[in-house]
Amino acid sequence: MEQMQSEQTIQRLRELYRGYGYIQYKMSKFEPYDLYVHNKSFLVSKDILTFTDADGQLMALKPDVTLSIVKNAKEGAGLQKVYYSENVYRTSPMTRGFREIMQTGLECVGEIDLVAMGEVLMLAAKSLEIISGDYLLDVSHLGFVAGLLDGGEVPEDCRSELLKRMGEKNVAALGGLCRELGLDPEMTEDLKRLTVLYGPPARLLPQLEEMVRGERMASALRELQEVCELVPEGHLRLDFSIVNDMDYYNGLIFRGYLPGLPSGVLSGGRYDNLLRQMGRGDAAVGFAVYMNLLERLGERETEFDADVLLLYDDKTPVPAVLREAEACRREGRSVRVERCMPEGLSFRTVRKVG
Amino acid sequence: MNIALPKGRLGEIVYQILEEAGYPCPVIREENRKLVFENQAVGVRYFWVKPSDVAIYVERAAADVGIAGKDILLECQPEVYELLDLGVGKCRMCVAGKRDFRDHRDRTLRVATKFPKTASSYYSAQSRDIDIIKLHGSIELAPLLGLSDVIVDIVETGKTLLENDLEVKETIVPISARLIANKVSYKFKYEKITRLCCRVDEYCRENREADQ
Repeated sequence: MEQMQSEQTIQRLRELYRGYGYIQYKMSKFEPYDLYVHNKSFLVSKDILTFTDADGQLMALKPDVTLSIVKNAKEGAGLQKVYYSENVYRTSPMTRGFREIMQTGLECVGEIDLVAMGEVLMLAAKSLEIISGDYLLDVSHLGFVAGLLDGGEVPEDCRSELLKRMGEKNVAALGGLCRELGLDPEMTEDLKRLTVLYGPPARLLPQLEEMVRGERMASALRELQEVCELVPEGHLRLDFSIVNDMDYYNGLIFRGYLPGLPSGVLSGGRYDNLLRQMGRGDAAVGFAVYMNLLERLGERETEFDADVLLLYDDKTPVPAVLREAEACRREGRSVRVERCMPEGLSFRTVRKVG
Repeated sequence: MNIALPKGRLGEIVYQILEEAGYPCPVIREENRKLVFENQAVGVRYFWVKPSDVAIYVERAAADVGIAGKDILLECQPEVYELLDLGVGKCRMCVAGKRDFRDHRDRTLRVATKFPKTASSYYSAQSRDIDIIKLHGSIELAPLLGLSDVIVDIVETGKTLLENDLEVKETIVPISARLIANKVSYKFKYEKITRLCCRVDEYCRENREADQ
């Protein structure tokens, strides 16, 4: 039953994306290893399952879909809007060993403007809405954080350590590290404030305005203000502790959460830097939904394997058995036909034919 | 709000703090074999778990918040928010060895520890090749019997080391108890969790000032 539920969800997501003119992107289970090894730190899990192809080329079971989409999107061909629903092969930090994970998502590659970005964020919200009406979508802007760090003249090599502490909302350690690095105290205060900020945009955006120093922060804030208006306010939260690797991501980033699940189910953002690293000049934005997490959702345990168990024996005529079962099904009940009670299954009603 | 407490002495201290910060649960003090203790009036449910498991309970949202030693957090690197340093359960993660041990950099260092990740990241930062021996207890025994050259372990008073003719060679990092929260719980129970954090923080600060 659970399987069916997630299949239905995927189906509805596909319809949603198609409704916005996104085209399905299909890829094979494996790709040349080269593609992934060059962009290893972009991947969520660094481990890649490899094997040698018939001609001796090293292949990888795909750990990610985005890299392949970006590689195959032609530069300068206008906007390319694709969605996908594929299995990826990853390790998770909690369980060693590889797992097959169902991932659905979309990417928009090309000249990204506010319309394209707003549309992707809106689609992220709608995707979550399809799964559960009670979702939260957290939004951050890396340009704002980077602008703040620029203003404090923070050296590049210290930034990832600072971001890690922001990600933990570990204000004490963040302050300690800033002191250690001898960073501007005023910037340190703003960084700490930014780390603990959490709430709806209407309340927080004015607070952010006070922090703006320099054009980079100002334009980031303008972008945030504009896209935030597109998503239902009740579900939107600003949270600058969501930090992705700045080597790949820039600009708007977001995560989606559902109550009852231990981690985020949706993750996405703007990743122009990945394209730059691949030697391209255009931009991209997209997100992925981790479908494998959804089986934990809605503890609607199905009590019965079928509504009716219909028992028969050697004396029952064959047509009578099948006819009665069909009649039952027409009433909308599921029917299983057996000679005797199967072990380990449960049924709402059990009866003999006739 | 589900709160995971670390079993043992640290847990007792931490519960005391939570109780006085306005989250009491009197049934927890009763002698019985119950595992879960609830006080609906203040909206908390406590449970004791093995200290090294607190991070897992919180990461997987079985507990919304929990209290874990920084040693455990460094070792497991869980995906959680580290919201507060309680300033209790203070000790340090150290490298210790026999008093007469001389470290030769041309040999692979044998390190016995309960914290293999912490130890290997400390030594790999120094580009040092080491041989990790993972043990589950009585770490101090390892260098005495020649099982390892040094140990990486938490040291509180140093008394065990002293009595066994061992000494601290290097301090890796200071350790104390931290309040951690599940990232999704934090969002959906934002008010409750931040209120708990504030109250506990206030209480801890006042106490520290009173001590000084």
